[in-house]
Amino acid sequence: MASHSHHNEFEHTGEIPKPQTKIIWKTFVILCVVTAIEFAFAFMMDAGTLRNTIFILLTIVKAFYIVAEFMHLKHEVKGLIWSILIPSVLLIWLLVALLVEGTFYGESVFNYFQ
Amino acid sequence: MSQTTTFEQPKTGTWDGGNEPFKASYGKLMMWFFLLSDAFTFGAFLTTYGLARHRHRSFEEAQALLPEAQRLQEFEFSTQWWPIPEKVFNAFPGFHGVDWPLAFVALMTMILILSSVTMVLAVEAGHRMDKKDVQKWLLWTILFGSMFLGCQAWEWTHFIAGDETGMTLADGSKIYGANLIVNQYGPPLFADLFFFITGFHGTHVLSGVVLLILIFINTVNGVYHRRGHYEMVEKVGLYWHFVDLVWVFVFTFFYLV
Repeated sequence: MASHSHHNEFEHTGEIPKPQTKIIWKTFVILCVVTAIEFAFAFMMDAGTLRNTIFILLTIVKAFYIVAEFMHLKHEVKGLIWSILIPSVLLIWLLVALLVEGTFYGESVFNYFQ
Repeated sequence: MSQTTTFEQPKTGTWDGGNEPFKASYGKLMMWFFLLSDAFTFGAFLTTYGLARHRHRSFEEAQALLPEAQRLQEFEFSTQWWPIPEKVFNAFPGFHGVDWPLAFVALMTMILILSSVTMVLAVEAGHRMDKKDVQKWLLWTILFGSMFLGCQAWEWTHFIAGDETGMTLADGSKIYGANLIVNQYGPPLFADLFFFITGFHGTHVLSGVVLLILIFINTVNGVYHRRGHYEMVEKVGLYWHFVDLVWVFVFTFFYLV
Protein backbone atom coordinates (compact mmCIF):
# COMPACT_ATOMS: atom_id res chain seq x y z
CA MET A 1 0.00 0.00 0.00
CA ALA A 2 1.28 3.37 -0.93
CA SER A 3 0.49 5.03 2.38
CA HIS A 4 -1.65 4.76 5.45
CA SER A 5 -2.66 8.36 5.67
CA HIS A 6 -5.77 7.98 3.53
CA HIS A 7 -7.12 5.06 5.58
CA ASN A 8 -8.17 7.40 8.27
CA GLU A 9 -10.57 9.17 5.97
CA PHE A 10 -13.12 6.44 6.60
CA GLU A 11 -12.75 6.80 10.32
CA HIS A 12 -13.98 10.36 10.35
CA THR A 13 -17.06 9.69 8.29
CA GLY A 14 -17.81 6.55 10.32
CA GLU A 15 -18.98 4.69 7.23
CA ILE A 16 -17.43 1.47 6.05
CA PRO A 17 -17.01 1.36 2.28
CA LYS A 18 -18.07 -1.66 0.22
CA PRO A 19 -15.42 -4.37 -0.20
CA GLN A 20 -13.47 -4.45 -3.47
CA THR A 21 -12.79 -8.14 -3.91
CA LYS A 22 -13.15 -8.75 -7.65
CA ILE A 23 -9.39 -8.92 -8.34
CA ILE A 24 -8.86 -11.26 -5.35
CA TRP A 25 -11.35 -13.85 -6.58
CA LYS A 26 -10.03 -13.50 -10.11
CA THR A 27 -6.52 -14.33 -8.84
CA PHE A 28 -7.94 -17.27 -6.91
CA VAL A 29 -9.59 -18.68 -10.04
CA ILE A 30 -6.34 -18.29 -12.00
CA LEU A 31 -4.38 -20.15 -9.30
CA CYS A 32 -6.94 -22.98 -9.26
CA VAL A 33 -6.97 -23.30 -13.04
CA VAL A 34 -3.15 -23.39 -13.27
CA THR A 35 -3.04 -26.09 -10.55
CA ALA A 36 -5.65 -28.10 -12.46
CA ILE A 37 -3.55 -27.81 -15.64
CA GLU A 38 -0.52 -29.06 -13.69
CA PHE A 39 -2.50 -32.12 -12.61
CA ALA A 40 -3.66 -32.73 -16.16
CA PHE A 41 -0.03 -32.76 -17.31
CA ALA A 42 0.99 -34.99 -14.38
CA PHE A 43 -1.41 -37.73 -15.47
CA MET A 44 -1.66 -37.32 -19.24
CA MET A 45 2.00 -36.84 -20.14
CA ASP A 46 5.00 -39.09 -19.61
CA ALA A 47 7.75 -37.84 -17.31
CA GLY A 48 10.61 -36.08 -19.02
CA THR A 49 12.47 -32.84 -19.49
CA LEU A 50 9.62 -31.29 -21.49
CA ARG A 51 7.05 -32.05 -18.77
CA ASN A 52 9.36 -30.73 -16.06
CA THR A 53 9.86 -27.52 -18.06
CA ILE A 54 6.08 -27.10 -18.31
CA PHE A 55 5.74 -27.66 -14.56
CA ILE A 56 8.42 -25.09 -13.74
CA LEU A 57 6.91 -22.50 -16.11
CA LEU A 58 3.42 -23.00 -14.60
CA THR A 59 4.92 -22.73 -11.10
CA ILE A 60 6.48 -19.39 -12.04
CA VAL A 61 3.06 -18.23 -13.32
CA LYS A 62 1.50 -19.15 -9.96
CA ALA A 63 4.37 -17.51 -8.04
CA PHE A 64 3.85 -14.34 -10.07
CA TYR A 65 0.17 -14.10 -9.19
CA ILE A 66 0.78 -14.79 -5.48
CA VAL A 67 3.59 -12.25 -5.18
CA ALA A 68 2.11 -9.60 -7.47
CA GLU A 69 -1.53 -9.65 -6.35
CA PHE A 70 -1.77 -11.34 -2.94
CA MET A 71 1.45 -9.85 -1.60
CA HIS A 72 0.66 -6.65 -3.48
CA LEU A 73 4.20 -6.28 -4.82
CA LYS A 74 2.93 -5.24 -8.28
CA HIS A 75 1.41 -2.11 -6.73
CA GLU A 76 4.48 -1.11 -4.72
CA VAL A 77 7.12 1.44 -5.68
CA LYS A 78 9.57 0.32 -8.41
CA GLY A 79 12.53 0.49 -6.03
CA LEU A 80 10.90 -1.98 -3.65
CA ILE A 81 10.00 -4.36 -6.49
CA TRP A 82 13.60 -4.42 -7.72
CA SER A 83 15.13 -4.78 -4.26
CA ILE A 84 13.11 -8.00 -3.85
CA LEU A 85 13.54 -9.35 -7.37
CA ILE A 86 17.25 -8.67 -7.97
CA PRO A 87 18.54 -10.64 -4.92
CA SER A 88 16.28 -13.55 -5.95
CA VAL A 89 18.43 -13.83 -9.08
CA LEU A 90 21.14 -15.24 -6.79
CA LEU A 91 19.01 -18.41 -6.55
CA ILE A 92 19.15 -18.78 -10.33
CA TRP A 93 22.90 -18.30 -10.14
CA LEU A 94 23.06 -21.12 -7.55
CA LEU A 95 21.10 -23.39 -9.87
CA VAL A 96 23.30 -22.60 -12.87
CA ALA A 97 26.46 -23.07 -10.79
CA LEU A 98 25.26 -26.46 -9.58
CA LEU A 99 24.29 -27.52 -13.10
CA VAL A 100 27.88 -26.81 -14.19
CA GLU A 101 29.83 -27.89 -11.11
CA GLY A 102 27.21 -30.13 -9.52
CA THR A 103 28.72 -33.48 -10.52
CA PHE A 104 32.06 -32.69 -8.83
CA TYR A 105 30.34 -31.24 -5.78
CA GLY A 106 27.96 -34.19 -5.53
CA GLU A 107 30.83 -36.68 -5.79
CA SER A 108 32.78 -34.97 -3.00
CA VAL A 109 29.80 -34.81 -0.64
CA PHE A 110 28.65 -38.37 -1.30
CA ASN A 111 32.18 -39.81 -1.02
CA TYR A 112 32.64 -37.98 2.27
CA PHE A 113 29.62 -39.76 3.77
CA GLN A 114 30.57 -43.20 2.44
CA MET B 1 -5.07 9.04 15.92
CA SER B 2 -4.05 7.85 19.33
CA GLN B 3 -0.62 9.39 19.49
CA THR B 4 1.41 10.08 22.59
CA THR B 5 2.64 13.62 23.11
CA THR B 6 5.74 14.37 21.08
CA PHE B 7 8.20 16.66 22.76
CA GLU B 8 10.31 17.22 19.72
CA GLN B 9 9.23 17.92 16.19
CA PRO B 10 10.45 15.03 13.98
CA LYS B 11 12.99 15.99 11.38
CA THR B 12 11.43 15.96 7.97
CA GLY B 13 14.35 16.91 5.71
CA THR B 14 15.28 14.56 2.87
CA TRP B 15 18.55 13.53 4.52
CA ASP B 16 17.11 13.51 8.06
CA GLY B 17 14.98 10.46 7.43
CA GLY B 18 12.00 12.45 6.25
CA ASN B 19 12.10 10.89 2.82
CA GLU B 20 10.36 7.56 2.34
CA PRO B 21 11.61 6.27 -1.04
CA PHE B 22 9.80 2.90 -0.87
CA LYS B 23 6.52 4.38 0.43
CA ALA B 24 6.32 1.47 2.86
CA SER B 25 6.71 1.39 6.62
CA TYR B 26 9.82 0.06 8.34
CA GLY B 27 8.00 -3.03 9.58
CA LYS B 28 6.69 -3.96 6.15
CA LEU B 29 10.08 -3.48 4.51
CA MET B 30 11.75 -5.66 7.11
CA MET B 31 9.10 -8.34 6.60
CA TRP B 32 9.90 -8.28 2.89
CA PHE B 33 13.62 -8.67 3.50
CA PHE B 34 13.06 -11.41 6.04
CA LEU B 35 10.94 -13.28 3.50
CA LEU B 36 13.68 -12.80 0.91
CA SER B 37 16.20 -14.46 3.25
CA ASP B 38 13.70 -17.22 3.97
CA ALA B 39 13.33 -17.76 0.24
CA PHE B 40 17.07 -18.47 0.11
CA THR B 41 16.68 -21.12 2.83
CA PHE B 42 13.92 -22.88 0.96
CA GLY B 43 15.79 -22.40 -2.32
CA ALA B 44 18.78 -24.18 -0.79
CA PHE B 45 16.55 -27.01 0.45
CA LEU B 46 14.96 -27.56 -2.94
CA THR B 47 18.34 -27.30 -4.70
CA THR B 48 19.64 -30.00 -2.34
CA TYR B 49 16.66 -32.12 -3.28
CA GLY B 50 17.49 -31.68 -6.96
CA LEU B 51 21.13 -32.60 -6.33
CA ALA B 52 20.23 -35.75 -4.35
CA ARG B 53 17.71 -36.77 -6.94
CA HIS B 54 20.20 -36.43 -9.78
CA ARG B 55 22.71 -38.55 -7.89
CA HIS B 56 20.24 -41.44 -7.95
CA ARG B 57 18.94 -43.29 -10.97
CA SER B 58 15.33 -43.00 -11.98
CA PHE B 59 13.30 -46.20 -12.37
CA GLU B 60 13.67 -46.21 -16.16
CA GLU B 61 17.41 -45.52 -16.04
CA ALA B 62 17.93 -48.35 -13.54
CA GLN B 63 15.91 -50.78 -15.71
CA ALA B 64 17.82 -49.86 -18.84
CA LEU B 65 21.05 -50.99 -17.16
CA LEU B 66 19.68 -54.46 -16.37
CA PRO B 67 19.71 -57.37 -18.83
CA GLU B 68 16.41 -57.70 -20.71
CA ALA B 69 15.18 -60.73 -18.72
CA GLN B 70 15.60 -59.10 -15.31
CA ARG B 71 13.76 -55.88 -16.10
CA LEU B 72 10.66 -55.00 -14.13
CA GLN B 73 7.50 -54.20 -16.03
CA GLU B 74 5.74 -52.42 -13.17
CA PHE B 75 7.22 -49.83 -10.84
CA GLU B 76 8.41 -51.17 -7.50
CA PHE B 77 9.96 -49.45 -4.52
CA SER B 78 13.69 -50.07 -4.24
CA THR B 79 16.70 -48.37 -2.68
CA GLN B 80 18.33 -48.76 -6.11
CA TRP B 81 16.29 -45.97 -7.70
CA TRP B 82 14.48 -42.77 -6.76
CA PRO B 83 10.74 -43.35 -6.18
CA ILE B 84 8.04 -41.88 -8.44
CA PRO B 85 6.10 -39.43 -6.20
CA GLU B 86 2.72 -40.52 -7.60
CA LYS B 87 3.41 -44.04 -6.29
CA VAL B 88 4.47 -42.83 -2.83
CA PHE B 89 1.74 -40.27 -2.16
CA ASN B 90 -1.37 -42.11 -3.31
CA ALA B 91 -3.26 -42.67 -0.06
CA PHE B 92 -6.33 -40.80 1.16
CA PRO B 93 -7.73 -40.84 4.71
CA GLY B 94 -10.66 -43.23 5.01
CA PHE B 95 -9.85 -44.99 1.71
CA HIS B 96 -7.39 -47.62 2.77
CA GLY B 97 -5.66 -49.48 -0.04
CA VAL B 98 -7.20 -47.33 -2.79
CA ASP B 99 -4.74 -45.88 -5.29
CA TRP B 100 -5.51 -42.18 -5.61
CA PRO B 101 -2.25 -40.64 -6.79
CA LEU B 102 -1.64 -37.11 -5.48
CA ALA B 103 -5.31 -36.64 -4.51
CA PHE B 104 -4.58 -35.80 -0.89
CA VAL B 105 -1.80 -33.37 -1.75
CA ALA B 106 -4.18 -31.70 -4.22
CA LEU B 107 -6.63 -31.19 -1.37
CA MET B 108 -3.87 -29.72 0.81
CA THR B 109 -2.88 -27.34 -2.01
CA MET B 110 -6.47 -26.18 -2.39
CA ILE B 111 -6.80 -25.60 1.37
CA LEU B 112 -3.65 -23.48 1.44
CA ILE B 113 -4.62 -21.43 -1.62
CA LEU B 114 -8.06 -20.82 -0.06
CA SER B 115 -6.41 -19.69 3.18
CA SER B 116 -4.34 -17.24 1.16
CA VAL B 117 -7.53 -15.82 -0.35
CA THR B 118 -9.22 -15.37 3.05
CA MET B 119 -6.01 -13.73 4.31
CA VAL B 120 -5.97 -11.19 1.49
CA LEU B 121 -9.68 -10.54 2.19
CA ALA B 122 -8.77 -9.80 5.83
CA VAL B 123 -6.09 -7.35 4.67
CA GLU B 124 -8.60 -5.71 2.32
CA ALA B 125 -11.12 -5.38 5.18
CA GLY B 126 -8.35 -3.80 7.28
CA HIS B 127 -7.86 -1.10 4.66
CA ARG B 128 -11.55 -0.23 5.03
CA MET B 129 -11.25 -0.23 8.87
CA ASP B 130 -13.96 -2.89 8.90
CA LYS B 131 -13.28 -4.64 12.20
CA LYS B 132 -16.04 -7.23 11.79
CA ASP B 133 -14.85 -8.36 8.37
CA VAL B 134 -11.22 -8.54 9.55
CA GLN B 135 -12.31 -10.83 12.38
CA LYS B 136 -14.39 -13.01 10.07
CA TRP B 137 -11.65 -13.51 7.46
CA LEU B 138 -8.92 -14.00 10.06
CA LEU B 139 -10.99 -16.79 11.62
CA TRP B 140 -11.40 -18.47 8.22
CA THR B 141 -7.64 -18.21 7.64
CA ILE B 142 -6.90 -19.74 11.05
CA LEU B 143 -9.34 -22.55 10.24
CA PHE B 144 -7.80 -23.34 6.85
CA GLY B 145 -4.27 -23.07 8.24
CA SER B 146 -5.10 -25.53 11.02
CA MET B 147 -6.75 -27.84 8.49
CA PHE B 148 -3.57 -27.82 6.43
CA LEU B 149 -1.51 -28.69 9.52
CA GLY B 150 -3.90 -31.54 10.31
CA CYS B 151 -3.55 -32.87 6.76
CA GLN B 152 0.21 -32.71 7.04
CA ALA B 153 0.12 -34.59 10.35
CA TRP B 154 -1.88 -37.33 8.63
CA GLU B 155 0.51 -37.35 5.67
CA TRP B 156 3.53 -37.70 7.96
CA THR B 157 1.87 -40.44 10.04
CA HIS B 158 1.09 -42.40 6.90
CA PHE B 159 4.58 -41.87 5.49
CA ILE B 160 6.23 -42.97 8.75
CA ALA B 161 3.97 -45.98 9.31
CA GLY B 162 3.99 -47.15 5.69
CA ASP B 163 1.59 -49.75 4.26
CA GLU B 164 1.48 -53.53 4.46
CA THR B 165 3.38 -54.07 1.16
CA GLY B 166 6.60 -52.73 2.67
CA MET B 167 9.93 -53.38 1.00
CA THR B 168 11.79 -56.69 0.95
CA LEU B 169 15.50 -56.29 1.59
CA ALA B 170 18.25 -58.43 0.05
CA ASP B 171 18.43 -60.64 3.16
CA GLY B 172 14.70 -61.37 3.00
CA SER B 173 13.68 -59.14 5.91
CA LYS B 174 10.98 -56.54 5.35
CA ILE B 175 10.80 -52.87 6.29
CA TYR B 176 7.64 -50.82 6.65
CA GLY B 177 7.36 -47.08 6.43
CA ALA B 178 10.16 -44.58 6.66
CA ASN B 179 12.34 -42.78 9.14
CA LEU B 180 15.66 -40.95 8.84
CA ILE B 181 17.62 -44.21 8.41
CA VAL B 182 15.42 -46.69 6.54
CA ASN B 183 12.79 -45.96 3.93
CA GLN B 184 10.23 -48.28 2.43
CA TYR B 185 9.76 -46.07 -0.61
CA GLY B 186 13.34 -45.77 -1.85
CA PRO B 187 16.73 -44.38 -0.89
CA PRO B 188 16.87 -43.08 2.73
CA LEU B 189 17.74 -39.62 1.38
CA PHE B 190 14.26 -39.37 -0.13
CA ALA B 191 12.66 -39.72 3.30
CA ASP B 192 15.24 -37.39 4.90
CA LEU B 193 14.49 -34.64 2.40
CA PHE B 194 10.74 -35.22 2.73
CA PHE B 195 10.98 -34.71 6.49
CA PHE B 196 13.26 -31.68 6.24
CA ILE B 197 11.47 -29.82 3.46
CA THR B 198 7.83 -30.46 4.38
CA GLY B 199 8.74 -30.24 8.08
CA PHE B 200 10.40 -26.85 7.65
CA HIS B 201 7.41 -25.65 5.66
CA GLY B 202 4.99 -27.08 8.25
CA THR B 203 6.87 -25.23 11.01
CA HIS B 204 6.34 -22.04 9.02
CA VAL B 205 2.61 -22.76 8.76
CA LEU B 206 2.47 -23.44 12.50
CA SER B 207 4.21 -20.12 13.28
CA GLY B 208 1.81 -18.44 10.86
CA VAL B 209 -1.22 -19.85 12.66
CA VAL B 210 0.18 -18.68 16.02
CA LEU B 211 0.72 -15.16 14.58
CA LEU B 212 -2.80 -15.19 13.13
CA ILE B 213 -4.30 -16.12 16.50
CA LEU B 214 -2.34 -13.28 18.13
CA ILE B 215 -3.53 -10.66 15.65
CA PHE B 216 -7.07 -12.06 15.87
CA ILE B 217 -7.07 -11.46 19.64
CA ASN B 218 -5.68 -7.96 19.08
CA THR B 219 -8.35 -7.22 16.46
CA VAL B 220 -11.14 -8.39 18.77
CA ASN B 221 -9.72 -6.19 21.53
CA GLY B 222 -9.75 -3.24 19.14
CA VAL B 223 -5.99 -2.64 19.34
CA TYR B 224 -5.64 -1.91 15.63
CA HIS B 225 -8.81 0.15 15.47
CA ARG B 226 -7.46 2.47 18.17
CA ARG B 227 -4.09 2.55 16.39
CA GLY B 228 -5.89 3.85 13.30
CA HIS B 229 -4.63 1.21 10.87
CA TYR B 230 -4.50 -2.55 10.39
CA GLU B 231 -0.90 -2.69 9.18
CA MET B 232 -0.09 -5.63 11.47
CA VAL B 233 -2.65 -7.72 9.58
CA GLU B 234 -0.88 -6.72 6.35
CA LYS B 235 2.52 -7.80 7.71
CA VAL B 236 1.28 -11.18 8.93
CA GLY B 237 -0.54 -11.45 5.59
CA LEU B 238 2.77 -11.06 3.74
CA TYR B 239 4.21 -13.89 5.82
CA TRP B 240 1.17 -16.08 5.22
CA HIS B 241 1.27 -15.59 1.44
CA PHE B 242 4.95 -16.43 1.47
CA VAL B 243 4.16 -19.75 3.16
CA ASP B 244 1.66 -20.41 0.37
CA LEU B 245 4.28 -19.42 -2.21
CA VAL B 246 6.79 -21.89 -0.74
CA TRP B 247 4.17 -24.64 -0.89
CA VAL B 248 3.64 -23.94 -4.60
CA PHE B 249 7.34 -24.67 -5.17
CA VAL B 250 7.47 -27.66 -2.78
CA PHE B 251 4.41 -29.07 -4.53
CA THR B 252 6.03 -28.80 -7.96
CA PHE B 253 9.49 -30.08 -7.07
CA PHE B 254 8.54 -32.73 -4.54
CA TYR B 255 5.25 -34.09 -5.82
CA LEU B 256 5.02 -33.32 -9.53
CA VAL B 257 8.50 -33.40 -11.09
